[in-house]
Amino acid sequence: MSRFKKEGGKKTPKINTASLPDIIFMLLFFFMVTTVMRETTLYVRTSLPSATEVQQLERRSLVSFIYIGEPIQSHVFGTEPRIQLYDSFASVDDIASFIESERQATAEAERPLMTTSLRVDRDTKMGIVTDVKQELRLVNALRVNYSTMRGEVAGMN
Amino acid sequence: MARMTPEINAGSMADIAFLLLIFFLVTTTMDVDTGINRMLPPPIDPNAPEPPPVRERNVFVVLVDAQDRLLVEGDPGNINTLRQRAKEFLLNEDRDPNMPDFEERNIDLLGDVEVSRGIISLQNDRGTSYEMYIAVQNELAAAVREIRDEVSQQYFGRNFGDLTTEEQVNAIRQKVPMAISEAEPKDVGG
Repeated sequence: MSRFKKEGGKKTPKINTASLPDIIFMLLFFFMVTTVMRETTLYVRTSLPSATEVQQLERRSLVSFIYIGEPIQSHVFGTEPRIQLYDSFASVDDIASFIESERQATAEAERPLMTTSLRVDRDTKMGIVTDVKQELRLVNALRVNYSTMRGEVAGMN
Repeated sequence: MARMTPEINAGSMADIAFLLLIFFLVTTTMDVDTGINRMLPPPIDPNAPEPPPVRERNVFVVLVDAQDRLLVEGDPGNINTLRQRAKEFLLNEDRDPNMPDFEERNIDLLGDVEVSRGIISLQNDRGTSYEMYIAVQNELAAAVREIRDEVSQQYFGRNFGDLTTEEQVNAIRQKVPMAISEAEPKDVGG
C-alpha cells in the first residue's frame, strides 16, 4: 500500500508565469486593433432601433454623424429631442454648415461617397428627423444611413 | 570574467500590459456601425417642369400615421403582412390590371426581361415614431431583397448578397430596382 503513497512534504510546483505578459499582450493587441475611439461625447440618448436588412457602414472617415434624441441631462436641457453635431447641441439650420465643413475636410475625389449617418433614438418622433432630411437634401447630401442594430424588428411577431 | 548583467525582473510586465488592456477595454466601442442605406431624393427645382404623373396602378402607397398605424393601399395594414403585400405588388404574378405593369428592357447578362414599373411610396406623419418608420423601411427593403434573391437564384444560382461580380450585381439591380420613394413631407394626420 504504502509504496504508492507519495513522498510526503513535496510542495506544489510553482506555476511559471513568464508567459502571462505574452497572453495579456495578445489580448491587448486584439483590443487595440478592434477598438474605435469615441470621438464625440454624446449629449443625447440614442438607443437605436433594430432591423434585419442592415448593411455595414464602410469607410468611417467618409461618414458624418448626426445624433438625434432626448438630452441625457434632461433636468438641464429638457426632454424635447435635440440634434447633436460634433460635441454640441445644434439646430436644424446648422446642418448645412456642418455638411459643408465635413466636405471641406474630405478629398474632392471622395466627396460623392460621403455618407451621413443618422443615429436617432427609437422613441423620437419623425418630425425632427424629417426636418433634418429636408436640410440634407437641400445641401445635396443624399446618401444617408439610418443607423440600426441588427436584430428583430419592433412590432413583429 | 566580466560581471554578469543582472536579469531584468519582468514580473511587472504583466501589470503594465494589464493597465493598457484595461484602458483599451474601457475606451473601446465594439459595435460596428450598421444601418439601412438610403438615397434621399434630390432637392426639387421650383422652376423645373412637373414630372409626368405616375400611373396610379404603379404606386403602392404606404402611410404611417401619428399613432404608428399603417394604411396600405387605402386599407388598414399590418407590419407583419407588409412585406408579403409589397412583394405581391412588385411581382404582380397574375398580371392584375390594378397592379403595376412591366417594361421590356435589355439587361446585360439577363437578356430581354420585364422590369416592374411599380414604385413604393412611403409617407409618414411628423408624429410617427422613428422605430415604426425604421420597421416599415426595413420591411419594404426586405421585400425588394427577397425578390432580388429569387431572381438571382433563378439566373445565377445564388443569393443576391453572395454574387461575386459587379456585373451580376448591377444586372439584378436593374431587373429589381429599389423603388422606394419617400414623399414630400406632409402631415397625414391621425
